[in-house]
Amino acid sequence: MSSDSTQRANCCQQIRTNPKFQLLVKERAQLAWSLTLLVLGLYFLYMIVVAAIPSVLHTPLQEGGHLTWGIPIAATIIVFSWLMTGLYVRRANTRFDQLSQSVLEETRV
Amino acid sequence: MRLLISGLLGMMFSLSTMAAPITAAEQQPLNLHAIAMFFLFVLGTLVITWWAARQTHSTADFYTAGGGISGFQNGLAIAGDYMSAATLLGLSSMVFAKGYDGFVYTIGFFVGWPLITFLMAERLRNLGRFTFADIVSYRLDQTKIRTFAALGSLTVVCCYLIVQMVGAGQLIKLLFGLDYSIAVMVVGLLMLVYVLFGGMIATTWVQIIKAVLLLAGGTTLALMALSRFDFSLENLAVKAVEAHKIGWDIMGPGSMLDNPINVASMSLGLLFGIAGLPHILMRFFTVPNAKEARKSVFYATGFIGFFFLVVMILGFTSIVIVGTDPQFFVGGNTQGALIGGGNMVAMHLAKAVGGNLFLGFLSAVAFATILAVVSGLALAGASAISHDLYAKVIKKGQATEQQEMRVTRVATVGLGIVAILLGILFEKMNVAFLVGLTFGVAASTNFPVLIMAMYWKDLTTRGALWGGFAGLVSALVLVVLSPAVWVTVLGHEKAIFPYDHPALFSMPLAFAVIILVSKLDRSRQAELERSAYDDQFVRAQTGLGAAAAVNH
Repeated sequence: MSSDSTQRANCCQQIRTNPKFQLLVKERAQLAWSLTLLVLGLYFLYMIVVAAIPSVLHTPLQEGGHLTWGIPIAATIIVFSWLMTGLYVRRANTRFDQLSQSVLEETRV
Repeated sequence: MRLLISGLLGMMFSLSTMAAPITAAEQQPLNLHAIAMFFLFVLGTLVITWWAARQTHSTADFYTAGGGISGFQNGLAIAGDYMSAATLLGLSSMVFAKGYDGFVYTIGFFVGWPLITFLMAERLRNLGRFTFADIVSYRLDQTKIRTFAALGSLTVVCCYLIVQMVGAGQLIKLLFGLDYSIAVMVVGLLMLVYVLFGGMIATTWVQIIKAVLLLAGGTTLALMALSRFDFSLENLAVKAVEAHKIGWDIMGPGSMLDNPINVASMSLGLLFGIAGLPHILMRFFTVPNAKEARKSVFYATGFIGFFFLVVMILGFTSIVIVGTDPQFFVGGNTQGALIGGGNMVAMHLAKAVGGNLFLGFLSAVAFATILAVVSGLALAGASAISHDLYAKVIKKGQATEQQEMRVTRVATVGLGIVAILLGILFEKMNVAFLVGLTFGVAASTNFPVLIMAMYWKDLTTRGALWGGFAGLVSALVLVVLSPAVWVTVLGHEKAIFPYDHPALFSMPLAFAVIILVSKLDRSRQAELERSAYDDQFVRAQTGLGAAAAVNH
């Protein structure tokens, strides 16, 4: 048991000092946090417009038309934030997983 | 997230003055189409349960389907967890009643999902095994933290179970014409069968089937309704403005300014509450690895977003199709109340464009939805009792698999009985406050502790306990002092806390206490916990040592 846990600690130590691991951590954090800020920012911006200047969303798309800007904007927020999850998942499932795989392979047990 | 009908509606009632509460639902004549279709669904799911039971051998199979669910399947199941009867009926009714404001709420229900993708999905999978307490207690005191996390889980599960059971009873009374207590018992017993024999495998498949039915049913309904407007949104908008009481006001945001703090508190609770619901968190342990966990939120987010767009179309088309048709109004008065209450808009639309057969189909789907939600909740509750409390706290990890399975089954039966009894007990109550409580507790107790355990090195056992309890107690107290309990349930004149949702206040409090107490914690134990973060971090990033999948 104790030799097991020393081995594990040793493993983790090796991984932490691996430059590829540090790169992985840095890239992942950058992408995850910037997308979080982007989506949250977009949502809060929308809520501020809703509360403070609702007339913007109430303007017709075309002169004399009945569809307003609010409708495509609402749909865009949903579709856009979904596409952002797609972006993250794609990057994580290719680049990040490759990095982490090679970090694990380089680690000697 | 699975909102049950009366729950979501209750929440909306507290924000708007929409319609009579669902408890006023009248029993309708027996709906044979609906009952026949629901019977088919039950038959299908029982076959699946029988198949699942033959594959469920170990605790891993039972809690997490052995980690053998694919990302796509799990995405559908997560979406199913979130797309409840409440989202179909509640949100479409919201759009029907208030027009564009319904869109604003719908977006609030959605944006939590991308955040879970970016910040939580892969870490949950890499660090956890059966319950979210696995993650929180990874480097903290097993006994104390697990007890606390199980308490948080069970509080959320029980509140939500009551909301679901009461909603099921009311909805079934309305749609099927069955007696309330029979409906509650049918839901409770079917749930017991699914969970007891089929565990997570059956629960997941029930959820997947329901999600597919709901997506297909909703989309078909939306297309049939849109065909009445030649598929032109402009055409729809013109007619909707003409038909609606408030006319042109439905095309833009309106009454959001009435109570912005309540709206902010609700969105915060929704946004972060999702990430603290034990039955949702559990879904991330059913996939083989972090890659599939990420894929599953991507698919789930896509399905949920698509479904919400469909629901908005349903709401808008109903304004014209249902809103101007006297057959759906009490006494045929289109200025008066809708038959069956304000939440039945989507059902009336189904009848208007698809006849009785389609109405029966949609009713059966709504019933199936509640059943699937309740099963997931029961499974989450049972695993908190057997895995966290029994195996890890009482037996200190020394329990055999057989012992743990036995306790799980006893716990499931116990939860089923409790759910049926509470469902019957709460029949006449307005359970809106339980939704506030569910999301309030999830966002201010489970979520802060979980996210800090994953991201903050300096977290200590003491900090997590104090902060978690601060969130739990403040959420409870604020809900008791809120209008939904203080005025509606207890009958006082004026609420002491003026908002229905506590998250805006209780969540920051929980975080503040967690940080403060952890920072001040100078114990030796705290030192060890902080130094264990580095290894946890490696595992969170690379999945080193994470539980692997079992092949079926």
